[in-house]
Amino acid sequence: MPDIVDFTIKQLNTLFLKGEISPVEVARAYIDRAERVEPKIGAYITQTTEIAMAQAKEAERRFVKGEDVTALTGIPLGIKDLICTKGVRTTCASRMLKDFVPPYDATVMERLNGAGAVMLGKFNMDEFAMGSSTENSAFHLTLNPWDLTRVPGGSSGGSAAGVAARLCAGSLGSDTGGSIRQPASHCGVVGLKPTYGRVSRYGLVAFASSLDQIGPITKDVTDAAIVLGAIAGLDPRDSTSALRDVPEYEVGLSGDIKGYRVGLPKEYLIGGLDPDVEAAVRRAVGNLEAMGCNVVEISLPHTEYAIATYYIIATAEAASNLSRYDGVKYGHRAKDYKNLIDMYKKTRSEGFGLEVKRRIMLGTYVLSAGYYDAYYKKASQVRNLIKQDFEKAFNACDVIVTPVAPSPSFKLGEKTGDPLQMYLSDVFTIATNLAGIPGISVPCGFSRNGLPIGIQLMAGPFEDEKLLRAAYNLEKSVGKIEKWPEI
Amino acid sequence: MKITQSEVEHVASLARLSFSQGEIDGFTGQLNSILDYIAKLGELNTEGVSAVAHGFESANCFRGDVVLPSLPVEDTLGNAPEKEDGAFVVSKII
Repeated sequence: MPDIVDFTIKQLNTLFLKGEISPVEVARAYIDRAERVEPKIGAYITQTTEIAMAQAKEAERRFVKGEDVTALTGIPLGIKDLICTKGVRTTCASRMLKDFVPPYDATVMERLNGAGAVMLGKFNMDEFAMGSSTENSAFHLTLNPWDLTRVPGGSSGGSAAGVAARLCAGSLGSDTGGSIRQPASHCGVVGLKPTYGRVSRYGLVAFASSLDQIGPITKDVTDAAIVLGAIAGLDPRDSTSALRDVPEYEVGLSGDIKGYRVGLPKEYLIGGLDPDVEAAVRRAVGNLEAMGCNVVEISLPHTEYAIATYYIIATAEAASNLSRYDGVKYGHRAKDYKNLIDMYKKTRSEGFGLEVKRRIMLGTYVLSAGYYDAYYKKASQVRNLIKQDFEKAFNACDVIVTPVAPSPSFKLGEKTGDPLQMYLSDVFTIATNLAGIPGISVPCGFSRNGLPIGIQLMAGPFEDEKLLRAAYNLEKSVGKIEKWPEI
Repeated sequence: MKITQSEVEHVASLARLSFSQGEIDGFTGQLNSILDYIAKLGELNTEGVSAVAHGFESANCFRGDVVLPSLPVEDTLGNAPEKEDGAFVVSKII
């Protein structure tokens, strides 16, 4: 029998239903493993062992008594630490919220709790989700389980490393410009950014409200479909959540993808792309072709403007959203100050890290008097052009295939000195957030030095089901990762 | 468009942030290289293109205008840096 921590969510659920393994046994296996492995990886900010054991016992009771259970009952998950968890501190990896204990649960937490899931803890991230390597956490680094000298990606680095290191059966992350897909790619796991509005953002600490979306990070595509099904749907507390039925994503996986038109954007296979990444993408495209898909070349002509557009819109929204951290109602407050304004300034200067300050500065600048038209308005117009690119492309294809990141995981410290270089590593993931469409990263091979490489699939708005079906078939043809890193 | 040190100081003040001189120097250089990169958007003619706030059209989904229970005052004040008599305390402003 394989190690308990190697099972997928789907496998665990099957074993629970057969009574061959118990939720308490599984929770215990993860907690024991964390004692040995967590100090080497640093995936967690907070471990919630007591809560996990209590939830696992309750799940076990339900299975034993034959009460209602779901696909997530007794499944141990980890949560990115910017999703509010009632009574459990939620730090956003910031000194500003070091001691913040939310008085309410995010909607996704209510849904996971309602489904009987087990929470093992809260995962490390770049502060306020601003970064691509998790090196911007105010607390500690998270290392890539495949190579401890490299970054796990970011901003949901803890959530991705946690799944790859088998510190949880699956996790939730959030994605504003690639923060689920890029770390999933770097850690050899599946990461899904659903369509904007598919999952409620209530209780997700806001970074850029028109771009943020919560999604699952899992060992395989089936698990991603299961978790999405549990967290998706309309929420009266998030006015941007969509009034649309939630399909049975897991059931939808098995359909065949013969005749799917797969779009390969000519602008994405550009110079500077790591040869191993390019080879992996081309191999995956070949696999899709072999499964009866028709590969078509498409054009997304405004791709080269996506990063510039993103860093105006995302920072403008962030500057507005983060103005709430003023030391008045919650979070850090400076000790010594002369008056209210001084209190704001000291509180914010002490509480925020460098990258967060840099983005607040950029966002404040682009919104400041005299610059609004040149920056924010211009970017909002280009966003429309990017959106139209995708609309045209999806007339000609069902799904689009691209790399997730230009290269496999980079070394710790390699890009911290140059913010622009770090931003440019998001080149392939950012446009989906601007257009609101879903995207998924699926492992599709390894580089010559043994680092996992993900491939990105995208689909039109609310075509998450079609996206998952294509991803599931691709995963089947490429083969799932069988051998996880020894840690 | 080049951002000057004094503009950086002005923006910092708008953002309610304070920096050491060294940090201002660092930010000025970094913001300029980011702004140089962003200036790329100027290449595009966007005349007549409407500005969008979201990726695709979707109407707000408002809930019914019904009074629902809200958090008790005690819980709301649970994270307050300073509180008194059911209120947040700040320094005198008038």
